[in-house]
Amino acid sequence: MSAIAVETAPSEAKVARRETISQLLRSKTFLGGTLIVLFWAFCAIFGYSIAPHDPLAQSPSVLAGPSAHHLFGTDQLGRDVFSRVLAGSRSILTIALAATVLAIVCGTTIGLVTGYYRGKVDDVVSRLVDAILAVPLIVLAVVIIVALGHSTATLIIVVGALFTPLVSRTVRAAVLGEGQLEYVQAARLRGERSPYVLFVEILPNVTGPIIVEATVRLGYAIFTIAGLSFLGFGVQPPSPDWALQIADNYTLLPAGTYWWTVLFPALAIASLVIAINLIADGISQVLER
Amino acid sequence: MSAPNAPALQLGDLDVVYRVRGRDRQVLRGVTLTVAAGEAYGLVGESGCGKSTTALAVVGYLPRNGRVRSGSIEVAGRDVLSMSREQLRRLRAQELSMVYQNPGDALNPSLRIGEQVAEVFRVSGVKRAEALDRSRDILARVQIADPGSVLRRYPHQLSGGMQQRVVIAMALAKDPHLLILDEPTTGLDATVEAEVLDLIRQLQTDFDTAVLFISHNLGVIRKMCERVGVLYAGRLVEEGPVGAILDDPRHPYTVGLIRCIPRGGVRKDHGRLDSIPGFLPSIGEQLDGCVFADRCALAQDICRTDEPPLYAITSTHASRCHFHEQARDLPRTVAADLGRSLTVDRSAEPLVRVDDLAKVFIQHGNDIHALDGVSAVIWAGETLGLVGESGSGKTTFARALLGLVEPTRGSVELDGRTLAPRLSHRSQEDIRRLQIVFQNPDSALNRRHTVRRIVLRALKKLAGISGAAAEQRLLHLAREVRLAERHLALRPSQLSGGLKQRVAIARAFAGTPRLVVCDEPTSALDVSVQAAILNLLVELQADEKVAYIFISHDLGVVRYISDRIAVLYLGRLMELAPAEVVFDGPHHPYTEALLSAVPSVDGTERERIKLAGEIPSAAEPPSGCVFHTRCHRKIGEVCELEEPPLVEVEGGHLMRCHIPVDELRRLQVVAEEVATA
Repeated sequence: MSAIAVETAPSEAKVARRETISQLLRSKTFLGGTLIVLFWAFCAIFGYSIAPHDPLAQSPSVLAGPSAHHLFGTDQLGRDVFSRVLAGSRSILTIALAATVLAIVCGTTIGLVTGYYRGKVDDVVSRLVDAILAVPLIVLAVVIIVALGHSTATLIIVVGALFTPLVSRTVRAAVLGEGQLEYVQAARLRGERSPYVLFVEILPNVTGPIIVEATVRLGYAIFTIAGLSFLGFGVQPPSPDWALQIADNYTLLPAGTYWWTVLFPALAIASLVIAINLIADGISQVLER
Repeated sequence: MSAPNAPALQLGDLDVVYRVRGRDRQVLRGVTLTVAAGEAYGLVGESGCGKSTTALAVVGYLPRNGRVRSGSIEVAGRDVLSMSREQLRRLRAQELSMVYQNPGDALNPSLRIGEQVAEVFRVSGVKRAEALDRSRDILARVQIADPGSVLRRYPHQLSGGMQQRVVIAMALAKDPHLLILDEPTTGLDATVEAEVLDLIRQLQTDFDTAVLFISHNLGVIRKMCERVGVLYAGRLVEEGPVGAILDDPRHPYTVGLIRCIPRGGVRKDHGRLDSIPGFLPSIGEQLDGCVFADRCALAQDICRTDEPPLYAITSTHASRCHFHEQARDLPRTVAADLGRSLTVDRSAEPLVRVDDLAKVFIQHGNDIHALDGVSAVIWAGETLGLVGESGSGKTTFARALLGLVEPTRGSVELDGRTLAPRLSHRSQEDIRRLQIVFQNPDSALNRRHTVRRIVLRALKKLAGISGAAAEQRLLHLAREVRLAERHLALRPSQLSGGLKQRVAIARAFAGTPRLVVCDEPTSALDVSVQAAILNLLVELQADEKVAYIFISHDLGVVRYISDRIAVLYLGRLMELAPAEVVFDGPHHPYTEALLSAVPSVDGTERERIKLAGEIPSAAEPPSGCVFHTRCHRKIGEVCELEEPPLVEVEGGHLMRCHIPVDELRRLQVVAEEVATA
């Protein structure tokens, strides 16, 4: 609206930034998601100490239904499902977070470089990205993990590496637009080297899309890692990992009686993924306005 | 339906407010105006004065946070404010049209032109086949040569001028009572602008439509309108016949506005341009007295306490100024005397020597000859103006010179040394000496960095200083470009357009450059800010003996600041001469056409030379003289077959034309006599 773009008093821009934050805090989607994620983050840190039972301790009361003593019942080895759900957020949250950070760091770098230089570098890398994206993620992950052997580090690297192309694509698109702007030429016209132009000039202007992408990726990382753990290629027993709990107990489901062993960890995964998606929605709504 | 003989538009004491951060802020303050049926009324004023808001209020398209607080709007005698949604829709479908600045935004990119134009007829119930027929007719009326083929095309396949014709055709298709034009030609080249304006003028008479014409360009207003209203801070400060307003303004704001514009052949060595000091009050500011009092050199105590009424000067001319009788003698706010001398020593070695510079871009497998063998020399301390339509190669020339694009052929010499063609191969010292000020300060400054950081970084890289020395130099530089110290801590988004451009200038001057390319540095700015920026550039030139390459489509500005002017067409140099010679002639036929297209504020219009067709594609430039396809002075086959050489026709006057210069002079003098007779 050109008609209202009059002289802006200095304080008004600060107000605008504060407004972005207060808009976020007013967004119910964002707040709801944040509350749930904070709850699970709290459990990830303190889960083992606040759990009523030792999540790993076996007991003779095997496959007991939910009761006052065992809120969510017990599993095949007599372990308390409630305690295992509380403690189980640690493995998945740390691995997913680490993998996402890895993907964002690598993807942002690749996206910056391809979006800025374009030309041959971009053609080669972009085709490579397309090729990777053409193979189902989980299959690729399983193959690599089998080849490299299990470990938490492998898991992080594989998921991080597989998400890198997706991130780089988003960042590249944002950089393509920025690279056309004259401030980039102005930087070149004072003899700045490319790393400076990329990381000091361009990067701060594309943080919006990167933040949104990071949140979305975190949700998918949880998904992927849970899938891998369920298939037996992720977190290894006896960890109280949620996906592992489902994997351990889902064979009991057909009997129909031991539903608590699967339902509660499944709900936990779902709540975490949904909460993260809510945060992503909230952020992109505010940033895109 | 509408009352017969009712005015096309009547605004009565209109107040419009925008709700920003929980507070109503007033943008229009009691605007009262009447546009008679069939009349062309111009609304002028700088950005933020409420011109567009007025238009949006009339069509009922105020942004969601805006509303009419009080007053009345009547279109053809019918009250718009009390209308239901459906009535308003019907009004917009039948009696009211609006054309915006950017035709590209007004057309749907994924629909063919035919469907979009036909839609206008179909909303009033016309059958599809007939609607298409009528679309063809209406396109023919806006002088589109081949309406059938245009109807089948998509908007992106049309040039800007063509798109605007289509939009105007759509606006006129329903034969409206009132046509609102909001800066309809601002994004167009002067030659295209002139054609579109001619067209609007003619259609206005044919259709007998009333026009509300919004523009910041007083020349355009003079050409197009019968009466003018001047808006300032949401208040109509002066109103009257166009001649009275522009030749005998009676409000200090109008006087200031006209004085800011470089016109009537003023040049930088004639003295500084006057400007309007201070800033527009921010929206919603409570103003007790005259809205202009804070910036007015005539203001007395009464101006700050008593809102001036609309004083009648003649029966048709009124001014809202207590001292309207003295308005013409408004004291200058900028001393005319530059206080330094602008000298160029042309006996010395040139600063820059550009030899046969050419650039071929490859686009979809086609060779685009953006720049084709341009040679020029520039001496220290002078300004070389670069003019030509878009696509003429002005920007490519500048970018090749700076090393931002690698030329296909040719070389650039600085102080007798050949520069590396690519920026990345140039030494820091060479980079320092050639700098640029971009057109759009919004995108030229990193919006995440503060002014301090932007300038300090330039000082570090270009002047090689940091720490306390840099801080000191920063303050000095800020003073030179008239930035206050408090501006240094701010980010670009917190500054006005003029202040941003000052930051960009400070950055370019951080390393005391020898040549600065100014790529339309004032085209995004209001005229009062433009005047201040031009003054600043001239002062810096006098102080530092810096040379400029000044690119602009505004010939008044180019004339003011340039010592010599180069005219480019399709990547070729058509004429290069001292500024006065370019304007006084004998001109190259293309220059002649360019000059004739400019609407003048003084009303001394030249006979318009209509250029045939559009600028040809640089992928397939015409044979022979590239201008022959549009030239009004084409002499015959020789123009189609042989490219005329660039020859020096008089001292320092280079021209590329088959017609001998004396013949051109004779033809042009005759043409002028015909025009005045």
